[in-house]
Amino acid sequence: MKAAIIVFPGTNRERDMAIALKRVTGQAPRMIWHHETDLGDTDLVVLPGGFSYGDYLRCGAMAAHSPIMGAIKAFAQKGGHVLGVCNGFQILTETGLLPGALLRNANLRFLSQDCYLKVEAENTPFTHKWKKGDVFRTPLAHGDGNYTADIATLERLEGEGLVAFRYADAKGNVQADDAASNPNGSVNSIAGILSENKRICGMMPHPEDLVDPLMGGEDGLPLFQGLVEAVVR
Amino acid sequence: MNKPVTVDESLAREFGLTSEEYGRVLSIMGRTPSLTELGVFSVMWSEHCSYKSSRKWLRTLPTKAPWVIHGPGENAGVVDIGQGYAAIFKMESHNHPSFIEPYQGAATGVGGILRDVFTMGARPIANLNALRFGSPENPVTRRVIDGVVRGIGGYGNCVGVPTVGGEINFHPAYDGNPLVNAMTVGLARKDRIFLSAAAGVGNPVVYVGSRTGRDGIHGATMSSAEFDEDALSKRPTVQVGDPFIEKLLIEACLELMATDAIVAIQDMGAAGLTSSSVEMAGKGGVGIELDLDAVPQREPNMTAYEMMLSESQERMLMVLRPDRTDVARKIFEKWELDFAIIGHLTDTGHIVVKHKGQLEADIPLDPLAEQAPIYDRPATPPKAPAPLEGVHAPLSLDATLLKLVGSPDLASRAWVWNQYDSTVGGQTVRRPGAADAAIVKVEDTDIGLAITTDCTPRYCQADPKTGGAQAVAEAWRNLTATGARPLAVTDNLNFANPEKPEIMGQFVAAVEGMGEACSALDFPVVSGNVSLYNETRNPDGSTTAILPTPAIGALGVLDDVNKAVGLGMQPESEVVLIGETKGELGQTIWLREILGQEAGAPPPVDLAAEKRNGDFVRSAILDGTITACHDIADGGIMVAAAEMVMASGIGCELESPDSGIRPEAFWFGEDQARYLACVADGKALCERAQAAGVPARIIARSGGNDLILPSGVTISAARLKTAHEAFFPTLMGN
Repeated sequence: MKAAIIVFPGTNRERDMAIALKRVTGQAPRMIWHHETDLGDTDLVVLPGGFSYGDYLRCGAMAAHSPIMGAIKAFAQKGGHVLGVCNGFQILTETGLLPGALLRNANLRFLSQDCYLKVEAENTPFTHKWKKGDVFRTPLAHGDGNYTADIATLERLEGEGLVAFRYADAKGNVQADDAASNPNGSVNSIAGILSENKRICGMMPHPEDLVDPLMGGEDGLPLFQGLVEAVVR
Repeated sequence: MNKPVTVDESLAREFGLTSEEYGRVLSIMGRTPSLTELGVFSVMWSEHCSYKSSRKWLRTLPTKAPWVIHGPGENAGVVDIGQGYAAIFKMESHNHPSFIEPYQGAATGVGGILRDVFTMGARPIANLNALRFGSPENPVTRRVIDGVVRGIGGYGNCVGVPTVGGEINFHPAYDGNPLVNAMTVGLARKDRIFLSAAAGVGNPVVYVGSRTGRDGIHGATMSSAEFDEDALSKRPTVQVGDPFIEKLLIEACLELMATDAIVAIQDMGAAGLTSSSVEMAGKGGVGIELDLDAVPQREPNMTAYEMMLSESQERMLMVLRPDRTDVARKIFEKWELDFAIIGHLTDTGHIVVKHKGQLEADIPLDPLAEQAPIYDRPATPPKAPAPLEGVHAPLSLDATLLKLVGSPDLASRAWVWNQYDSTVGGQTVRRPGAADAAIVKVEDTDIGLAITTDCTPRYCQADPKTGGAQAVAEAWRNLTATGARPLAVTDNLNFANPEKPEIMGQFVAAVEGMGEACSALDFPVVSGNVSLYNETRNPDGSTTAILPTPAIGALGVLDDVNKAVGLGMQPESEVVLIGETKGELGQTIWLREILGQEAGAPPPVDLAAEKRNGDFVRSAILDGTITACHDIADGGIMVAAAEMVMASGIGCELESPDSGIRPEAFWFGEDQARYLACVADGKALCERAQAAGVPARIIARSGGNDLILPSGVTISAARLKTAHEAFFPTLMGN
């Protein structure tokens, strides 16, 4: 699998993502500066975490208008695989490649902690190494991760199986009004969603930071292993 | 300035110079200085920049070891960590600004220390911060905590450097003067370290980063004076930070540092353009000429005085090879940062500042540095504390323990840590609270860096010399307890007004204690910062001084990071108490929290025992014998055991001490040089310890989910955690 990571001014988790991708592909992904207009030959585009443009105006809003975004939209339209994590998820919603928006965390503070994710959609490129209902641990680190969308959009996401991951407790119980298991207050505890063709995934937590037993576990690894298999297929 | 200002002794005094110092300025200049020149002298000779009260004593600290590449005198200390890598680190205070404007004060403290590290060519890989707040009962404390924590997070999270550790204490002595000491550790190739000494007459002097505004003018002078009731009116002297620009500056500087364009580089920190240009030229033995018309400016009509004194953030000054300026300019344009050639090096030995065709300053650099005042201030040796007498234990052991683990100085810091990104970078091996020191891996190697900050101010108040030694010893112990080999120290010496002999006496004694500990433990000081005048003038004219707080930041190395251990209790283990227990209760958390007393002498520090015990523990960690380890500090043995239980959720049963020591003294005394260690075979470890001359005994066996006291009373890990975790959310309201 050939992967490309997009780097904006203020992106800061591109190296974490590169480590995770290299672990499953054996090769370092390409870093693409946001001023570029061509993605080159790639199977996967990743929008990593960080504070693109300092989160000024609105998280992801400025990056959504970067020169590279045209190429990413074209790549997506042709059925390309796109993963957006944290700020990358925010950028995907700002570009309209994914619906909804990320608001300030419900407690109005930055949150950096482990959370548990319950897998909701199986047999997608991002989740097929898990079964529906599986629970895995992952770090999260954000100030604006409180997912929201209008009712019609939510009904569509839920109805069409486009919710990829929900925040849960360690046993997999989902309770949207429980700050312990749904720390940022996301509607329906939504942590990650998929595009209609299930080839674009946006999520707030950082599976790329939990791919090595030395750093506390490999719970995030199946996402990347699954992507390699799906993209090669 | 819009209206002409008369430069005279009274203005000099307003700028913080004494009459005698102003006399020195007149004799160096041979004339009345211009306003800009007076500004330059006043900031360069401020306590903050000149270390005039402390320098005599700082020189007594050990600074050398075979692994030290650069000691004090550079922007940060540099040590060799093996495999061609160097760790670059320093701690610095931002105390006064953090009281006046907590968010920006703390944020710019983080920004400033990051620049000190990446200016030397290092990518910052870890931040820590040592914080001291006023009494939790004081309503101001909440406002300060909220702002400081948001500020540290707001800056560190955005620049993408993980905040991996630190410490927090509470005491009413910090009510009007909290301490914010920020530490950064960076990583560089040993042969790619950048220094600040300028060289090459004619070489261009280049300004990069943010534009210059009127913020922070005379910040260095402000931080060199005590606070009075008008402190909050000084808000305009606090700088405003922009972590996004800092992130771009880090990336642009590191990209430029991969070329051969840079001759010298220094960040514009305290006293901004003045100190960076004066220090770079002074260290290089050259002159420097600046044309302020070329300085990127944020506001119109700034004067030379304002530009030279501004402390606008996120700016760097560099001397470049003239044939590489275009390479450099392109890099900064890519990162959308200002880049301006604002002057050149000369052979005059003077700093010459021109603005709008006028000569604004012309100062000889050698006398500015060499005739800077140094004071040997009168120091009254601290009185020996009276011994502690006649204390009794009013509570049962279990009630005492639950109270202690929930007390302000021992309660869980998760509420704070959870606002700091501790995992960005993907190299955080032990997050805050998981081990006695934070552990960060060096990417693409097996090297691990262990990092900690430590100081026990109540010990320092009672006996500054013992307290200074204890701070160093505890930092050394915390690194050791992970398996790391302690390498070096950065110190952040926070004290009150040095013009008072009793405060100067505290300073001298604390430095003496630190020096003895650093020497005995082969643990040199490679960088540091002094923050004086940390006291508040009360409305009635009296003053409140902070507790003497020589905060120690320390770094150690693990050649194989896979061998590092955490502090969480391990299953099916025996827990061995290493080190001698006499039951020292003076100045303990127990005494303060249970009896409401701050009395007695702090526990003595035996540096030979410290080294012997620590070297033994480290060897047993590295050969795999010890599987978890925790140093015994505030709260003593029982609190340490409870912390191990809470960290992993695995319980243990404590054995009756049978030591002839009263239970409260045995379990809550704070004797130094001690550890709790999990091992499979406790008897074997004790025998090995005996052979090494190290006291050791089995104190507990692990299992279940409860802490079982010798009396048979059982406290579940969950109940301990409930007591431990309530303090911060209750105080802060969420």
